[in-house]
Amino acid sequence: MSIHDDPCAHCEEMMQPYLDHMLSEDERVAAEAHLDECDWCRRRYRFEESLRVYVRQIVSEPMPVELKAKLAALRLPLD
Amino acid sequence: MTGASVAVMAEAPPDAARIATEARDRVRFEEEALALSDQVYRVARHLAGSREDADDLVQETYARAFRSWRSYTPGTNLRAWLLRILTNLNIDRGRRQQRAPQMQALEANDYFLYDKLAESDGSVPDEERVVERLSQDDIVSALSAVPHDFRDVIVLVDIGDFTYQDAAQILDIPIGTVMSRLHRGRRILKRELAESVAEET
Repeated sequence: MSIHDDPCAHCEEMMQPYLDHMLSEDERVAAEAHLDECDWCRRRYRFEESLRVYVRQIVSEPMPVELKAKLAALRLPLD
Repeated sequence: MTGASVAVMAEAPPDAARIATEARDRVRFEEEALALSDQVYRVARHLAGSREDADDLVQETYARAFRSWRSYTPGTNLRAWLLRILTNLNIDRGRRQQRAPQMQALEANDYFLYDKLAESDGSVPDEERVVERLSQDDIVSALSAVPHDFRDVIVLVDIGDFTYQDAAQILDIPIGTVMSRLHRGRRILKRELAESVAEET
């Protein structure tokens, strides 16, 4: 069975470009038509969106305060 | 005779007004660059292999930026300009943290991680809560396990909020390569995450 015979496998392939807004209008409409009727794929799309937000939040570390001071000290003296 | 004296006049030492203008431009550049340092660090932290390396890399980047401030064009994207210096320095350092290349397939399919996380839960899980099973350690170590070419793009676009166009310029690669590395890189990241979860259970 090719990917085009299995609508969920095809939908999986479309997920990243869909969430990145990179699909053509026709592809987007086709993806949404499948998502409207397929709870299984819809869950997986929602998970991907949550994952992206979560990863971005969780890996953001504040800059050490000492580093900020070191950077300011790198400024060259005015001649 | 007259011509020669004009030439001498043209080469006369720069006047105080020009020096003052240049000093003002430089101070403005330095202040704008320093105001972006939190954002630069946030990206550097995951382009480099460790906090210590990120610390060094950001300092080297600012030292170089302050020396070569004249090559920055005012009004263009300063954050991207700084990141371009930083990624070049990171590549020059030989990327000490590069893992040995893995021979097995790096990527899983896009649904793989969700299926892995959801299968350990008997009931139908809530997607927004499923991600919370991933700890900060899981994510930071999975990200550091993604090979550099893919990780750089994920860090710039998904963590640093750079556009594909900016990422292409920073890394000096075509925009199509940014997109394909981003797609593959996210799949590699999800596979690494699925593995870290499997190891814990």
